[in-house]
Amino acid sequence: MLMKFVDEYRDGKSAQKYSALLARITTRPWTIMEVCGGQTHSIVKNGIIELLPKNVSLVHGPGCPVCVTPAEILDKAMEIASRPEVIFCSFGDMLRVPGSSRDLFQVRAGGGDVRIVYSPMDSLKIAAENPGKEVVFFAVGFETTAPANAMAVIEAKRQGLRNFSLLVSQVIVPPAMEAILSSPSNRVQGFLAAGHVCTVMGTMEYEPIALKYQVPIVVTGFEPVDILQGMAMCILQLENGHAIVENQYARSVRRTGNLPAQEALAKVFRVIKRKWRGIGEIPASGLGLTEEFAAYDAENKFGIVSYGAEAESECIAGLILTGVKKPPECPVFGTKCNPDHPLGAPMVSSEGACSAYYRYRLPPVAGSS
Amino acid sequence: MSNPPQRREVSPATPADPTKQNPSMAGDFSLACPIPITNSPRITLGHGGGGRLMHSLIDRVFKKAFGDPALDSSHDGADLPSPSGRLAMTTDSYVVHPLFFPGSDIGAMSINGTVNDLAMCGASPLYLTASFILEEGLAIDTLEKVVLSMSNAAKNAGIRVVTGDTKVVERGKGDGVFICTAGVGAISHNLAINPCSVRPGDALLLSGDIGRHGMAVMGVRENLGFSSNLESDCACLWPCIEALLKGGIQIHCLRDLTRGGLATSLVEISGTGKVRIRFNENAVPVGEDVRGACEVLGLDPLYVANEGRFVAFVPANEAERALSLLRSVGQSSGAQIIGTVEAGEGVVMKSIIGASRPIDMLSGEQLPRIC
Repeated sequence: MLMKFVDEYRDGKSAQKYSALLARITTRPWTIMEVCGGQTHSIVKNGIIELLPKNVSLVHGPGCPVCVTPAEILDKAMEIASRPEVIFCSFGDMLRVPGSSRDLFQVRAGGGDVRIVYSPMDSLKIAAENPGKEVVFFAVGFETTAPANAMAVIEAKRQGLRNFSLLVSQVIVPPAMEAILSSPSNRVQGFLAAGHVCTVMGTMEYEPIALKYQVPIVVTGFEPVDILQGMAMCILQLENGHAIVENQYARSVRRTGNLPAQEALAKVFRVIKRKWRGIGEIPASGLGLTEEFAAYDAENKFGIVSYGAEAESECIAGLILTGVKKPPECPVFGTKCNPDHPLGAPMVSSEGACSAYYRYRLPPVAGSS
Repeated sequence: MSNPPQRREVSPATPADPTKQNPSMAGDFSLACPIPITNSPRITLGHGGGGRLMHSLIDRVFKKAFGDPALDSSHDGADLPSPSGRLAMTTDSYVVHPLFFPGSDIGAMSINGTVNDLAMCGASPLYLTASFILEEGLAIDTLEKVVLSMSNAAKNAGIRVVTGDTKVVERGKGDGVFICTAGVGAISHNLAINPCSVRPGDALLLSGDIGRHGMAVMGVRENLGFSSNLESDCACLWPCIEALLKGGIQIHCLRDLTRGGLATSLVEISGTGKVRIRFNENAVPVGEDVRGACEVLGLDPLYVANEGRFVAFVPANEAERALSLLRSVGQSSGAQIIGTVEAGEGVVMKSIIGASRPIDMLSGEQLPRIC
């Protein structure tokens, strides 16, 4: 049976049609970055690279929430989660991400009450059911996850729940794209922007970026045909010397975005500087709780101090996340660094570029195409 | 049932000195020991203590449900007739939360899982042992339901439950019931059914749609509120294998797809058999409800657990006949030919859009993605 809005975008014939179109329109080498980790996952999982012209290079952007969460936030998460009075709630794939010395799975094995939830609202329910405990939700991610986290805090306030807080590590996409574009080592010529981020935020905030850096930005979905169509739109712009914002993911994204979600964001969060793992601090690139909701900030509540700089590592996450290098170009990729012993976050998350490359491209298979 | 000592000794209560408890008793002595409670509705540590309480539990719950002469002999072990020819033997432990989930429960799983492991050796089920680790506080009604489900599954599979054991652990040290079963089966063919028998040129058959057990359990465990009728596929696979054997199919390898799902099983077989396995994603049946649930959670059905599905490797020239034999049995009526074997290594999948990608094992368990 057909799954509406999914199956038609996974159709082999349509994919082959776009593959042929890409071959026809591409006359020069181009380097395009897909911003979102969900897109990276789909590209590698479906073998989309095989369907692209050889002179088109896809680089994988910083849009994996797990990858860009800095070790110091993870260390804070683990310190809070280890406290006996705390129930620490998180999305599943944050549990395996190493901080500077351990991960949340190890905290749980050591007796910490760490729970996987599917929505921040689940952790609100846990808080209501456990009035004697402090319930902390690990609010990570981009503009996609932020509205639900904002709603959880608004709801906690409405219900008068004082034993609920967020450990916030929210980041936003446009400043990261600008950081990549203004880097001297940048090689990105066009973007597939993150469809779900734009579902919330709309596409307008990308228009000044396209104009300033003269770079085509195509808001793109996550299914194979979405990505191939987004690539075709982007390359068509590049070939014709255009640099505008286009919307491939129109079935989900409006130019103005989701206004009620944006209102909730504006009420609960303010824009602050944030540190990105492997990239460093980017001004005005993250979200923190506003004064009105400061009582729900776990960092305030538990008085956690900042940790020092990240330890030196052989991981080149920064170069991977800004598209300067691809995972197999890393000297420790697949050898010292693999999903069982990750040296950096991009090898941990299923959306991380290194993990996706490792999972779907190793062991090397001769004649697999 | 054999009855070795409890893992955790519970120190007997110090007998109280009646004169200290009630000084007036000295002159008015009438000792009235409280009668022990023998009809507790819940499992207590005493049910594992080897005494009357335990024997009453064995009689009331286990012997009643399984009704096997070997079990009724109440001996340390079972004295059983042995078939001529080779035997297959296997063991497995069952831990699942919740104990009852849509489509099945831990009891049926603990029988079918072990019977299926025997079936994957091409062995017909004969005898089974069952050990229970019960958590103090478990409702005896619940245990009875689990055991009844085991009894039904055993009857359905044609396997005798011939001996068993019971232990009780303190509250908080178990998850209601843990069950360990071991099974013995009779092999009455001359085939070597194992991964090393897989040959380049073999066809790869899958017995039906994948991912239902894992998603059904996850749906109730995490209270995801799926509105569909998503049910576990937990079932006995022996009739499917029996059909292949009776049909004279020269089976090279069988593997039931439990934890880690289809992908993990194929990677294991490719590694052990030193062959490359190619399969086609489009040929792998996945129900709409499983797909929907996986989409929402960011999981890949290829890695989701099953309890009633298997793959079969057979010579290419027998593939179509094997397929129609499988389709003639209810449990494998949705069987498909999904791939082939060639010289080389690794598992390669032709994706839905026609590109190839290698398939690898997961590092740990599959975790729901953030977005």
